Amino acid sequence: MKKKGEMKKVKKVKDKVHDGEHDDPWWWLILNGIKPSFLCISIFALLVRFAVGLHPYSGANTPPKFGDYEAQRHWMEITLNLPPKDWYRNSSVNDLSYWGLDYPPLTAYQSYIHGVFLKTFDPDSVALFTSRGYESYIGNLLMRWTVLSSDVLIFFPAALYFVFLYSIRLGTGRNSDVAWHISMVLLNPCLILIDHGHFQYNCISLGLTMAAIAAALSQKDLVASVLYCLALNHKQMSAYFAPAFFSYLLGKCLKNKNPLVEVTKLGLMVIGTFAVVWWPYLQSKEAALAVLSRLAPFERGIYEDYVANFWCTSSVLVKWKKLYTTQSLRIFSLTATLLTCLPSMVQQVHAPSSKGFLYALLNSSFSFYLFSYQVHEKSILLPLLPLTLLALEERRLLLWLTHFAMFSLLPLLHRDKLILPYMALYSLFIVVYFAPGGPGGRCNESKTLDHSQKKTGRGMEFISFITFHPLLMGFLGLCSLILHVIYLTMHPPNSYPFLFEAVIMLICFSQFVLFTLYFNSKQWMLSKHLTSKDNQKKLI
Amino acid sequence: MELRESPRSPAGVKQLFWFFGIATTVKLLLIPAYHSTDLEVHRHWLAIAHSLPLSQWYYDETSEWTLDYPPFFAYFERFLSIFANLIDPRIVHLHHGLNYKADSAIYFQRISVIISDLFLLYGVHISTRNLASLKRYLVWVFVIWSPGLLIVDHLHFQYNGFLFGWLLLSISFIAQGRDLMGGFLFAVLLCFKHLFAVAAPVYFVYLLRHYCRGGLVRGFARLSVLGAVVVAVFAAAYGPFVYYGQIQQVIRRMFPFGRGLCHAYWAPNFWVFYIMLDKGIAFLLRKFGFNIPAPVASFTGGLVGDASPFAVLPQITPMTTFIMVLLALSPCLFKTWRDPRPRLIARSVAYAYTCGFLFGWHVHEKASLHISIPLALVAVESLEDAKHFFLLSVVSCYSLFPLLFEAQEYPIKVLLLLLHTILMWFCFCTLFPKNSKGSSRTSAVEQWFKLGWVAKSYLLGVVVVEIWGQFLHPYLLGDKLPFLPLMLISMYCAIGILYSWIWQLKRIIMLS
Repeated sequence: MKKKGEMKKVKKVKDKVHDGEHDDPWWWLILNGIKPSFLCISIFALLVRFAVGLHPYSGANTPPKFGDYEAQRHWMEITLNLPPKDWYRNSSVNDLSYWGLDYPPLTAYQSYIHGVFLKTFDPDSVALFTSRGYESYIGNLLMRWTVLSSDVLIFFPAALYFVFLYSIRLGTGRNSDVAWHISMVLLNPCLILIDHGHFQYNCISLGLTMAAIAAALSQKDLVASVLYCLALNHKQMSAYFAPAFFSYLLGKCLKNKNPLVEVTKLGLMVIGTFAVVWWPYLQSKEAALAVLSRLAPFERGIYEDYVANFWCTSSVLVKWKKLYTTQSLRIFSLTATLLTCLPSMVQQVHAPSSKGFLYALLNSSFSFYLFSYQVHEKSILLPLLPLTLLALEERRLLLWLTHFAMFSLLPLLHRDKLILPYMALYSLFIVVYFAPGGPGGRCNESKTLDHSQKKTGRGMEFISFITFHPLLMGFLGLCSLILHVIYLTMHPPNSYPFLFEAVIMLICFSQFVLFTLYFNSKQWMLSKHLTSKDNQKKLI
Repeated sequence: MELRESPRSPAGVKQLFWFFGIATTVKLLLIPAYHSTDLEVHRHWLAIAHSLPLSQWYYDETSEWTLDYPPFFAYFERFLSIFANLIDPRIVHLHHGLNYKADSAIYFQRISVIISDLFLLYGVHISTRNLASLKRYLVWVFVIWSPGLLIVDHLHFQYNGFLFGWLLLSISFIAQGRDLMGGFLFAVLLCFKHLFAVAAPVYFVYLLRHYCRGGLVRGFARLSVLGAVVVAVFAAAYGPFVYYGQIQQVIRRMFPFGRGLCHAYWAPNFWVFYIMLDKGIAFLLRKFGFNIPAPVASFTGGLVGDASPFAVLPQITPMTTFIMVLLALSPCLFKTWRDPRPRLIARSVAYAYTCGFLFGWHVHEKASLHISIPLALVAVESLEDAKHFFLLSVVSCYSLFPLLFEAQEYPIKVLLLLLHTILMWFCFCTLFPKNSKGSSRTSAVEQWFKLGWVAKSYLLGVVVVEIWGQFLHPYLLGDKLPFLPLMLISMYCAIGILYSWIWQLKRIIMLS
């Protein structure tokens, strides 16, 4: 089988001029240039999102607290009917214990705009008090369409811009690879399921982050910092990327002739953006502090449910919540997060580079996912974003991480009754990933790439050997497949009602740790590789 | 000139499944979407086929959805009901299953359609395996990713993909010169769904002239072989019912002529103009003071029945429509008689379905798929075919829009049509590129794919009609004239189909 493939490859190289791309089922589309394929893939991605929207959302028909859908709707109700000052304040009209607003002001503004939209077409759905738990055919559609419009207005353009820029900057060459890349970003199953199935607006903050990354890669650092601040002000979870942005921009400033001016410029930009977004709450210290305290709900504990991070997994052995106070746990998690971020930050401050920046984003978000306080399963979307951006570099790992990210979301999506779209989107991802003639189908090539890079370091080789040994991969893949079936068909033993969740968490955690190690070492190898190249250049 | 790839290359199959895989995931996602009463119809048929003995299938009146498809389809339902019974016995229960809307029933039926589409895949594979890879991909885009099939089968709910598999297989066998096999498959198809019978005259004439030629003795021998095959197929289907002496009842169920000339929503065909003409004349005559009584059964009220719905113009009977279909078909039959050629069979079949669609009795808008699916096979043959197919495909898909009338599916159907149109556009742009090696220089005719201003403005009109129906009409007129948007859609699409009919006729006559 393999030999046949190799022979075909040889033949393919020979007549690349005539028939080279005919293996690729979409070459006729790509032949027309990259824009038509962007257009078609975007429309298709939109269609898929609409189709996912037909399925249930989180907390559908489950009074009294419902789910994330009700939270978002409630925020629209609050922001629409109350003045900005009362949004974050507990009062007789704003009961914060019922889905109180706990995201930064940009989310509140977005809720307000969407609230206006809902009010024009279905006023009942955002009426103060009476609309709690409101569920109707048209209201549901309108809510779904607010997510879709945010996606189309923010995430899609950012993704198209990034991929377009990336293909030019880093010269990936083949148009079909670019088309494959864009479909990997736009058809990522996890993001679609969480936003359009479960119901959230991650597309906004992730889209803003992606736009910021693209701006940073095209040397528009000021724009990048503004966009990133906006992302941060939409969801505080975007802070997962903060170390990478900070160190990359700092590193670039330091390379400049007068670093102090550059740093001041960036600082002013950041402060200015924050000031504009926080304007209604800057009138008094209490108001600002009230908002801040809403954003950091430490009382909710160090972890929730069964998230595949360090604290939750290790709690099988060490009962963190019983042994330590919230205060000390906060310090523990902060220290652990910063310590694990540090290597990648140092690397970026030392040698900022486009590729290194993308790896730094990956590493810092993984550190936060694994070690920070109050992590949610859904936060796996954050490490997943930089990896989809690196799809062409890390083809196999993209597949592997998407697999485990999906797996870690399984209990959540099962609760939301989203198993059918889970399976459909996962198969769609696999089908698109392994498009005949596309980069995913050509894994042999990436293998040779790995070989050339293996020479760069022993540690790398070892980690790569452990993580990506075909036997281990096969075994884990089989395990997770069997676990899927078990989870969906069987009841856990009564004495351990969350046994399956715990096993899923353990498997995913083990993989995420390996990913973190691998990407960290890769980032460092990158700088070694670069510096040695630079040295060579200097010598010449 | 054409780069011929080795037939049945494994790579081709891989790509075929890639196309199918993408379509399948979308179909899976659409499972919870709106479905018409056809879902309950087919569920009830599962119950009939499972719970009743064969002798009562066509007599059952437990539900208003009596079995009105030919026996092979009933056997097919019997086959499916075995699995349905394993999954949830209530699906196939004659009484408890009535209007059963549990997830198990919906999932089972939806997934059965998705799986039966494998047959369509096989049909497409066989009929495109000798094409160059580019043309093959394009046909796959048109058929496997057909928005019309998706809307009718996977949203509205029917098993057309499966049936078109048989049709495409039959056409491709005939195109390859294997007439007997083609005739056999068509006979089987007829025993699945009799609506396909409109193309039977074409098949009959073609097989008579192409297969049964070569002298009197040989011709007669072949005719008897062919006849034996067809009789055998029909015997397999109807034999048991003949044995029980129920054949009349079966036929009565299959041809319910009491349903009226037009469906509640008028299919975009010739009769739309007839009705409009009638209304126009009646309106004018009333203006001039004549006393014209309003018809008992009105079309716009959605009421259908035996009473004459026309105020002035003569009543239309099933016989009239039958004769008109045959008349419209006769040039094609004549041509086939004179010169039966394998290459033209797909066109002739599509033309026959166009005639049936335009002039038939109680035509459903879904039948426009019968035109666009076979034509997809010939759309890649020449530039003119491509242009025609582009227009026809858009119109045929757009005419299906009223099937999905709920807000939830609105964006889905619009995006499906939009994506299809854009994909089709780029498909043809690749097939007929602008800088085609110098040939365009010498000839005065432009060789690359582009649409004339008539076609462009017609397609733009589709957008206008849609915007009027969806947004302007409710805004400007409110609840007044509620039938107007649908009437506009069927009239506008009828113009397109009428054009397509004339174009196809011209094409068949001109092609020698």
